[in-house]
This record gives sequence, C-alpha cells and structure tokens, in this order.
Amino acid sequence: MLILTCPCCGVAADEIELAPGGQAHIARRGPDSTDAAFEEYLFLRDNPRGVHFERWRHAMGCGKWFHAARCTATNEVFGTYPAQTTEPPQEIRDRIAERRTDQPKDSRA
Amino acid sequence: MSDPVLPLGGARFDGLIAVEEVPQGMVALRGSLDAEAVKAAVTELTGAAMPDPLRATRQGDHALLWMAPDELLILLPRADGPQAARDLADTLSGEHALVTDVSDARAVFALSGDDGRLRETLAKLTSADLSPGAFAPGTVRRTRLAQIPAALWLTEPGVARVLCFRSVARYAFDLLSEAGREGSAVEVL
Repeated sequence: MLILTCPCCGVAADEIELAPGGQAHIARRGPDSTDAAFEEYLFLRDNPRGVHFERWRHAMGCGKWFHAARCTATNEVFGTYPAQTTEPPQEIRDRIAERRTDQPKDSRA
Repeated sequence: MSDPVLPLGGARFDGLIAVEEVPQGMVALRGSLDAEAVKAAVTELTGAAMPDPLRATRQGDHALLWMAPDELLILLPRADGPQAARDLADTLSGEHALVTDVSDARAVFALSGDDGRLRETLAKLTSADLSPGAFAPGTVRRTRLAQIPAALWLTEPGVARVLCFRSVARYAFDLLSEAGREGSAVEVL
C-alpha cells in the first residue's frame, strides 16, 4: 500500500486516507490563451512509466493538498512537498537523480 | 432553547472495551493557530495552552484538539457551545478567523478499557499506527475509520474519544461495537 507523508501535518498517511488529484505543476490557462494551450491545460496529461509528480489531498486527515514524487512503475516515493510551488524543489530532484540514473536530470518532460 | 438530542440517545456498548456516546460541546476554529491573538483567545476561553501539531491539551472539562495546521477543535461542556462560539467570534472579530459551534454536527464516543484492547479495537478499523510507541496519550489523529472520516484522541492510557460526523454516528457506533466484541481480542498491542 502506498504511504505518503503529508508535509502539512507530518502524518505518514496511508493511501486510503488520501484522495488523488492527478498530475502536478500544470500551468493554468485563461480564456485569452490559444485553443491549443487551453486544450493542453484542460485535457492533456502525462502518463509516464517512471517518475511522476502528483497532487494528493490528505482528505481524511488535515484536509490539505500537497505534492508527491512517485515512480509509477515501482511505487517508490521520492518525497512529498507543499503544494505552494510551481516546480519540484531541488531536494526532491536530487533524490530522484540519486535513485534513478535512467531518468533525465529534469524528469518533468 | 430546545434541548440537545444525542444522535443515538446516549448508546452504550460493553465488550472488550466500553463504548459510550457522550454529549460534548464543540467549537471549531479556523485561522492562524500561531497568531498571538488566537492563542490568547482560546487559552482565555478554556484555560488550556495551544496544542502542538497532532496533540491535544486539557484543562478540567475543556480541551483543545489540533485538527489541521489552521484548524482547532475546542471541547467544552455541551451547554456552553453556542455562547462560547459567540464570545470567541467577538474576541477574534479583528483577526482572520472563523468560529462555529459544531456541537450538533458531530457525534462523540468515549472509549474506555484495557489500553491494549482499546488500541486493538481502533486498529481493526483504521490504518493509523496505534502502537504505544507511535500513538502516545495526548495524541490526536484524524484518520479513516472503515468507510468514514473520524478523529481519534487518546486522552490517557485506556481512555479515548472518537469524533465523527453526526450523520454517520450509527455506523461508527456499530463499527466500534463489532470491533470491540467479546472474544475478538488480538492481544498484540
């Protein structure tokens, strides 16, 4: 079972305490963007086999949103971090680079 | 004012542990828990100090439960809820805070018995680590109890409170009664 440590309350929360929120770090597009950019924001999501940055909500706990870096193939969790950021913190990237030599340095592609 | 009505009329179960529905005044406070004005206001109301994350503090029949980084649950006698909520809202009127009397919105169960059996009964229903090393007295943990969200507060060894929404009070009581049934001791905690 997937266990993520909520960075907001510090609880090691079991998967059944959490609600998944899909891909993290999606740039929001407004009505003045192009149709292509809006479509990408609204519908197009990555589906990587490997490192993935996700949003989760500690729904049955403190109720806060946070981000997690997880490998979709092995379920290895590289870390969790607060949602108030537009990109993964360096510390998380370093940990991924250390553990996953097969991944590019910036594995958000 | 009309008399408060408990969701299950004070239901009680005796088995490995005792489960009893108890009347409880509850005031929810949302705001910056580290703001001095908020700390002073809740301490003035209850006499208890602002708890650390995932902890509770008590003073007599008042208690403060840390529910989230910006949420505190104030426990007080059942009849005091509405007035306490009004007073606290007045005190914090200049602050970024929200105060609500939630006494009628929640159900509270008092669990008591042998510490190990009590921990086991809850551990059958939740994924939270209830071993004595991980869940010390004074700990508050919001988690999942089978299919519903609930808050667990271990007040002292062998005594706990379970808080859930009023609408699922019957389900929570039945769960606790079933998990605490005589003859179902696991004897690992």
